[in-house]
Amino acid sequence: MKRFNVPLIALTMIALSLALVAAGCGSDDDSGSSNSDLSGSIKIDGSSTVAPLSEAAAEKFQAENPNVRVTVGTSGTGGGFEKFCAGETDISDASRPIKDEEIEVCEKNGISYEQLVVANDGLAVVVNPENDFVQCLTLDQLKTIWDKGSKVDNWNQVDSSFPDEKMELYGPGTDSGTFDYFTDAVNGEEGQSRSDYNATEDDNVIVQGVSGSKGGTGYFGLSYVEQNEGKVKAVEVDGGDGCVAPSTETVQNGTYKPLGRELFIYTSGDALQRPEVKSFLDFYINNQAEIAEQALYVPMTEEQAAASTAAVEKLAGGEGATS
Amino acid sequence: MKSIGASAARNELESRHRDFFERGFMLALIFSLGIGIIALVTLILQVLVEGFPRLNSELLTNFPSGNPEIAGAQSAIMGTIWVIGVTAAFTIPVGIGAAIYLEEYADKERWWNRFIELNLQNLAAVPAIVYGILGLAFIVRGFLGLGQTVLAAGLTLGLLVLPIVIISSREAIKAVPDTIRQGAYALGATRWQTVRRQVLPASIPGIATGTILALSRAIGEAAPLILIGGLTFITFNPESVNSNFTVLPIQIFNWVSRPQDEFRVLAAAAIVVLLVILLAMNALAIFLRNKYQRKY
Repeated sequence: MKRFNVPLIALTMIALSLALVAAGCGSDDDSGSSNSDLSGSIKIDGSSTVAPLSEAAAEKFQAENPNVRVTVGTSGTGGGFEKFCAGETDISDASRPIKDEEIEVCEKNGISYEQLVVANDGLAVVVNPENDFVQCLTLDQLKTIWDKGSKVDNWNQVDSSFPDEKMELYGPGTDSGTFDYFTDAVNGEEGQSRSDYNATEDDNVIVQGVSGSKGGTGYFGLSYVEQNEGKVKAVEVDGGDGCVAPSTETVQNGTYKPLGRELFIYTSGDALQRPEVKSFLDFYINNQAEIAEQALYVPMTEEQAAASTAAVEKLAGGEGATS
Repeated sequence: MKSIGASAARNELESRHRDFFERGFMLALIFSLGIGIIALVTLILQVLVEGFPRLNSELLTNFPSGNPEIAGAQSAIMGTIWVIGVTAAFTIPVGIGAAIYLEEYADKERWWNRFIELNLQNLAAVPAIVYGILGLAFIVRGFLGLGQTVLAAGLTLGLLVLPIVIISSREAIKAVPDTIRQGAYALGATRWQTVRRQVLPASIPGIATGTILALSRAIGEAAPLILIGGLTFITFNPESVNSNFTVLPIQIFNWVSRPQDEFRVLAAAAIVVLLVILLAMNALAIFLRNKYQRKY
């Protein structure tokens, strides 16, 4: 009869895997050969909206400083601050300013920090180029169209001066940051939206849909409008202070509100004491235009960049927001 | 002969009636099976077609990048292998050990043993994200304080699939006929000798199948690992269990949510890689089962 040595095999496999684990435990943080004097690791976490910027910065920085290891996580703005204020990360990506309760945690743990703007984000509301009756929409009108439970299906329901034109709605799917941002800014709560529109993760589909139907409308990132000049028309948005057309300038100078916003990173005073972190932040700000372009965002103005540089210098000098 | 002929005719009528239901029922079963298979085939075809342009060696050798043309999934693939390795090293001995205790040693009359059993059934149904929270609170921080490392991720996924490993291992051990144990005892074997030389070898096929299917579930999890700090951009492979990491499901999730179309192609290609790893594990399960199967 054949002998079955199965348990032995199984035990050997287990022992081997344990040995692998044990062997792994021994070595940590070893450094390789270098052709740059900087080394170490930089941990970034936070908003998935800002992550493409930080990833682009990390990639370019690592090309110049191969011994610095930059990692980026995307646990969300809130999740990022939680780790940041616990001292677990060096830099936190944020699509909104830090909240009071998050500041409290940071203060309690003795984490000093500064907020740096790294880019601008803008959303455009677009209509068909042949649509000559919509020049400007107020936030209330946008909410009428897009809010949860909205039954609007004709432009004359939005404003009595608009003609009888059937409305077709196109927008990003619920997974996208664009959807979160738009619903938060327009409908007052992130994720609150009517669901009977043509939802797609592909901005091209929105462009095709809106350009193919006279009453079509939709929204997506501003940089995408510029790439599709002529196919769709971006409308002005009245956020309370009159109609403002979306453009790089109006997003940068903060007048295109609330569909234009700044994107931030936060860095801690402790992390800034490390030369690789300081060097990375300088690199991030100095190459911001290129980084923003790659990540499909609106770059900073010179003033914004100067303010961010000043914030880094201030914190590096030991004067953080808290200490 | 005549009477037999008449009853044969009646039987034929009856059997035609029965055939109708028989066929109908079989069609219903095939239909049920078809739904599963069609969904799977559609999914596989879709990711294959969509991901085909990026199913090349660069996907395996390059690291993530903001430029979709040169982005790859090497750190995610290696991360997945490391994390699942840790999960296996943790769950296999612990899970099988617990199953042996519950089946061979535990006194089922005792309330605490029944309580453990009940708990196991419930734990198997707890959503993955809850294990992520548990992992963050007790493994990454707090009690164990391992940080956001491969080891923490492997242990968290280990906890997640442990109930499944225990339950399937128990079923496998239960299926070993009692006569085998009695035979061993009759020859003077101790309890451990009986388990070690008779029960375990006989139940290995079932244990292996259950364990590998459980690990296959772990390999596809993204949510708990995002929670405990799985990264999305990491340009180096894990070097030890204390390294930071990312895994394929997180990388895929990250790519899918990018605005550029090219990243979605990349995501589809990475899904194919994940499917290949999964199918390879399942194939191994089937191989082990067939190789060690014994009939009584």
